[in-house]
Amino acid sequence: MLCNICGKTEATVHLTEIINDQVTKLHLCEACAREKGAEMEEHFGLNDLLAGLVDMGTNLETEATESIKCPNCGLTYQNFRKIGRLGCSECYEAFKKQIGPILKRIHGQDRHTGKVPLKSGKTRDDANVLQDLRQRMEKAIQFEEFEEAARLRDEIKKLEAKMKGLK
Amino acid sequence: MNLDDLLKQDSEWLKGTGPYSNIVISSRVRLARNLDKMPFSHWAQRKKQEEIMNMIIDAANATNYLKGSMVYRIRDLSETDRMFLVERHLMSPEHAKDGEFKALIMDPKEVVSIMVNEEDHMRIQAMQSGFNLMEAWRIADEVDTELSKQLPYAYSPKYGYLTACPTNTGTGLRGSIMVHLPALVFSTQIERVLNATAKLGLNIRGLYGEGTEASGNLFQVSNQVSLGRSEADIIDNIERIMRQIVDKEEAARKILLTKNHEAIVDRVWRAYGTLKSAHIITSTETIALLSAIRLGVELGVIKNLTRQEVNELFIITQPAHLQKLEGKFLDASDRDLKRADIIRKKIE
Repeated sequence: MLCNICGKTEATVHLTEIINDQVTKLHLCEACAREKGAEMEEHFGLNDLLAGLVDMGTNLETEATESIKCPNCGLTYQNFRKIGRLGCSECYEAFKKQIGPILKRIHGQDRHTGKVPLKSGKTRDDANVLQDLRQRMEKAIQFEEFEEAARLRDEIKKLEAKMKGLK
Repeated sequence: MNLDDLLKQDSEWLKGTGPYSNIVISSRVRLARNLDKMPFSHWAQRKKQEEIMNMIIDAANATNYLKGSMVYRIRDLSETDRMFLVERHLMSPEHAKDGEFKALIMDPKEVVSIMVNEEDHMRIQAMQSGFNLMEAWRIADEVDTELSKQLPYAYSPKYGYLTACPTNTGTGLRGSIMVHLPALVFSTQIERVLNATAKLGLNIRGLYGEGTEASGNLFQVSNQVSLGRSEADIIDNIERIMRQIVDKEEAARKILLTKNHEAIVDRVWRAYGTLKSAHIITSTETIALLSAIRLGVELGVIKNLTRQEVNELFIITQPAHLQKLEGKFLDASDRDLKRADIIRKKIE
């Protein structure tokens, strides 16, 4: 069988493409297959992977979820699924039920423990600080820096007591 | 100072100074930052994009670090100038694509640059020569803090800095180290190193080329996770793992020198011979040969070239640099001639 694209060389690569339930079979020579492969790779970029991740986050995707719209920028959840990018800072609030699990899947955590911008007038949640301290203690133990670990343990205890007092 | 003046200087990260610069070329920290409630660049209307760009440029001009720095609108730059900036690692290939309100702010020493309206409103980048990620973070942190006095940042106490893509949320930090690992490649240990590094939550990829087929034996190592760990912790983590990779490379180099001495000397001088005599040379071949030359310099086999000169050759032999040096457009075959010409002159 000759290659479907160039029609000159013997086809050695056999591809089955399914697009919108339409099955197409392609028989290609090696050179044309390589070109086609490059094309396919381009179609399958980071966006697709992210969109896939977004999908997994919410198996119970309903039409109601799809149509949630960020009141600030107008991006819908469906838009987000398609492009894998959020529309503005307020999207994090508008899609908060969906975004938490997505962040957890990507980062293994869903609480920020780092820098706080000066002007925000915000501070870190105690829970976030606690997470940071625990991570640092674990690491100190891992690297046998026991004095540092003991210091962190005391800080953790202090913070835990403070958080209990607040409850 | 204009863009062409950069040709006369070596980028900070090419200086070949700093800790472990026999193995580590450079360290870079990038912070993703956005303005509160403003639509992210990909989703913003033209007018908003323009407003965002102007706000950021004004804010940068009001900082100590960036006042009087160079500001370029991407649409005003020629294709060659854009690629020139990409080759110098001052901006991403993505940022070189057309966009009316994209801009680049950079200090003349090429240590700090800010991409405006790339995927996020701001990508703040700081570069250092050698193994110096903590210092790169300190500089990026300082610039970021200064900017945050002027600009209302998109930030949530729970999720941290809010970014267009959820893979950058949290610290918005990506730390990366560019490293030259010829001995690990030569001794076929690289596969194991790559796998182990990936398991520890770091990305490692070839700087040129794909995966383990990295040409030039140059690799880039960076963190995957940006949320749930503090900046110092992320940096510390990369540094600890990097230090082990550097140790492995050093050990492999020692073994090469003792056990494979003739083979390695042969390879180095063959590379030298080719570069010294070639009249036509592609960039792929150049990168592979320069890698051998760099190893030769580090092992003391080649004595008439410095590390900085070799680092520089990696950059000035790339397409846009060649065209800037020649002062005109060169097609691929003209570039191969010009490249060979420049290398011969530098090596003699």
